Amino acid sequence: MAVSGVHFGGMRGIISFGGYVPYWRLDRSAIAAVMGKGGGRGTRSVASYDEDTTTMGVEAARLALRPADAEPRALWFATADPAYLEKTNATAIHAALRLDSSVGALDFGGAVRSGIGALRTALNAIGPTLVVTADMRGGLPTGADEAAGGDGAAAFLIGTEDDGPVVAELLGSASATEEFVDRWRQPGSPSTGQWEERFGETRYGPLADQAWKEALGAAGIGADDVDVAVVTGSHSRAVKRVVGQLGVARVADDLGAVVGNTGTAHPGLLLANELEQAEPGQTIAVVMLADGAEVLILRATEALAAYASALSVADQVAAGAEVSYATFLQWRDMIQVQPPNRPEPTRPSSSAAARAQDWKYGFVGSRGTESGTLHLPPARVSIRPEDELDAMDPAPMADVGATVVTFTIDRLVYSVSPPVVFAVVDFDGGGRLPVELTDVDPDAVRIGQRVEMTFRRLYEAEGIYNYFWKARPAR
Amino acid sequence: MASHGIKDQVAIIGMGCTQFREHWDKGTDDLLIDAATAAFDSAGVAKDDVDAFWLGTASSGMSGLTLSQPLKLEGKPVTRVENFCATGSEALRQASYAVASGAYDMAMAIGVEKIKDSGYQGLNAAPAPHDGTKRNLTAAAMYSLVLPAYAARYGVDEDELRMVVAKIAEKNHRNGALNPLAQFRREMPAEKICEMASVAGRLSVFDCSGVADGSAAAIVVRAADAHKYCEDPLYIKALSFVSGTGGGLIDPDYDYTTFPECEMAGADAYRQAGIDDPRSALAMAEVHDCFTPTEMVLMEDLGFCERGTAWKEVLAGTFERNGDMPINTDGGLKAFGHPVGASGLRMHYECWLQLRGQAGDDRQIDLSSRNLGLVHNLGGYPGEMVSFVSILGPELG
Repeated sequence: MAVSGVHFGGMRGIISFGGYVPYWRLDRSAIAAVMGKGGGRGTRSVASYDEDTTTMGVEAARLALRPADAEPRALWFATADPAYLEKTNATAIHAALRLDSSVGALDFGGAVRSGIGALRTALNAIGPTLVVTADMRGGLPTGADEAAGGDGAAAFLIGTEDDGPVVAELLGSASATEEFVDRWRQPGSPSTGQWEERFGETRYGPLADQAWKEALGAAGIGADDVDVAVVTGSHSRAVKRVVGQLGVARVADDLGAVVGNTGTAHPGLLLANELEQAEPGQTIAVVMLADGAEVLILRATEALAAYASALSVADQVAAGAEVSYATFLQWRDMIQVQPPNRPEPTRPSSSAAARAQDWKYGFVGSRGTESGTLHLPPARVSIRPEDELDAMDPAPMADVGATVVTFTIDRLVYSVSPPVVFAVVDFDGGGRLPVELTDVDPDAVRIGQRVEMTFRRLYEAEGIYNYFWKARPAR
Repeated sequence: MASHGIKDQVAIIGMGCTQFREHWDKGTDDLLIDAATAAFDSAGVAKDDVDAFWLGTASSGMSGLTLSQPLKLEGKPVTRVENFCATGSEALRQASYAVASGAYDMAMAIGVEKIKDSGYQGLNAAPAPHDGTKRNLTAAAMYSLVLPAYAARYGVDEDELRMVVAKIAEKNHRNGALNPLAQFRREMPAEKICEMASVAGRLSVFDCSGVADGSAAAIVVRAADAHKYCEDPLYIKALSFVSGTGGGLIDPDYDYTTFPECEMAGADAYRQAGIDDPRSALAMAEVHDCFTPTEMVLMEDLGFCERGTAWKEVLAGTFERNGDMPINTDGGLKAFGHPVGASGLRMHYECWLQLRGQAGDDRQIDLSSRNLGLVHNLGGYPGEMVSFVSILGPELG
């Protein structure tokens, strides 16, 4: 390979990673209870009404960067459900992560395959690269995709030892591509089409076999050297068949019982989950079936032993609360409900939002240099007289915990999903903000409750998404 | 600090107030014409006698044209002012300073709000272009934060406190029931209010001010000229205004049991008027009961009782019309209704009637030992508000 020379900086691999599973779960049996058919056993993960692939990507990326010393020099965002077309979605993630403007941010858009594609490309690229994958999977009510799909995100910081300790090095990778129409969706369509299943199965089997063998060859190992294989894709029967033909010791839990298939994010989410349980020296393969096959073969390094996830996938899978099927349908715009008789919110001003970028996207306040008093939003003039004009330091608060001082439930105000739960929270180390709570049971909020900040889509107006931060119960 | 005030320099010589209600058949123009005409008639002057006008409206029109066009004012200055829910009082404050300065001999302050043409319930102001990070919360929800905070600070049972503020609504409805200009003319027992569904925190719809259209107006002259027009003018003893820093929202020391802007405005007004003990000096007060907890906290912020005791005084009946310290004898925002730009002047209208003994036999308060009245009018939310306080009296000195 002509680019093999880029590895002179040391082995290239995963420096840090994070998986994100949204808080809400739909019990699949709730579907048939309402519709008379559909659904199944177990649950699926559900992004809240104030989440989209961009916000989930932010949450995964924050988890990925927290254990890392390295700074990405590029940010690649892949999703099959982009919040915007035309406009780059990665720039909002870039802003929320407060990356330097010299760090490029690109979308790998549209296809489910783009997530694993971005990851494999980053593993064969130059410079520390943050790959963020996210997806929201669904379909028409009672359909298989509605029940089997899931929402989630995963992020990986890819680089060499020069950038930071590599916890999993790339041993080899391969791709097999073929044009055939198995699954398709036009922009804006609520559901994905699928050709007769048997046809796709005949395509995927040989493609997976081809890529698998090539990747093993590149890695210089045999299938029996692989400790665990993550196998996923957009064709469930083909995935089952490929699982049977790999010849590996163990196939990873696909999280289907609780989370569902998170599409573009799924190979990353499953890989993050396996890395969190892996021992140094173990070999992990990732096989993704989508319009062909993509294979990665990684080996956990000694550095993995010292690596601690900010929040594990397993912990997120174990947490969560049930959302009713009716609410799920409403959140996904499958049913429209009567809005409150209040004016809808107005779109944020692009120029005002741009001026406030650090505050709005990065949740950066200001702190008086003399008083140390935190100002949210940042202010030029302090509420304390001892601070001079503009004598303020930036105060990044997104990762600072807080405690509920008091709260209220607002049943009058406009919301996509009323009621609004609102709390006055005091941040650890000083500072206060009245802030909306999310991922919360209104009846369970209490004074003294610990909360953490989360990046959300507050609302949409005139086709513009209004992103800002809310607080959620600490995880 | 140099808030000198204009004690006894300016007098109100006439006032008018429309009925406050859902005026489906009257527009902003009609309401302004009705209130202004009532004020002209009350003072016995014509519109051409008035040298300058201050129009308060939060969102029913922009510029002085909102008044000069419907009244066909010829060659007169009209200033439109806006200061949240204290807009009407702000108009009076500016008009008073204008005549006190000698720039004009006679000025009108008029406030109006045509709320009910929006098609939505409640108060809804169109926001200026914004960055999308402002909190999304109703005023009711912000003020609902007072109840648990007050209960915790003073060790009051939350259920009991909920009943206390319902008693405030009950009182104001009782007062409104006697007032022909009030929006709501029915009594409403506190027990029934407590049974209602909560809309924000523990507050029900009946803990919120009435949403109404209306207009009110006052005509002011220098005190020395007052008796040319009026046998029993009402003298302005103090006019105070505080616009807050918003620091309460971000200051961990703020505990939602007090409104510092109101306390500061009250203290300034007492200084201007030379009042040491408001409870013994004031015969009445009209205060900004936008939500029932607001009125409770204001009793302490304005110095009508000690901190932590307002809830007991409410239960003791202190603030009833026939109590020791009558509050919101006209029904307040709760029962009289709250057309934002008009409310401040409506409060002064009640003082105009009560302090001159013209409220009518069934509503008139006792003036035998005290004859000063206070108007408190705020705008905004706990932590970030503007606050107005005036003091008025029927005698000089």
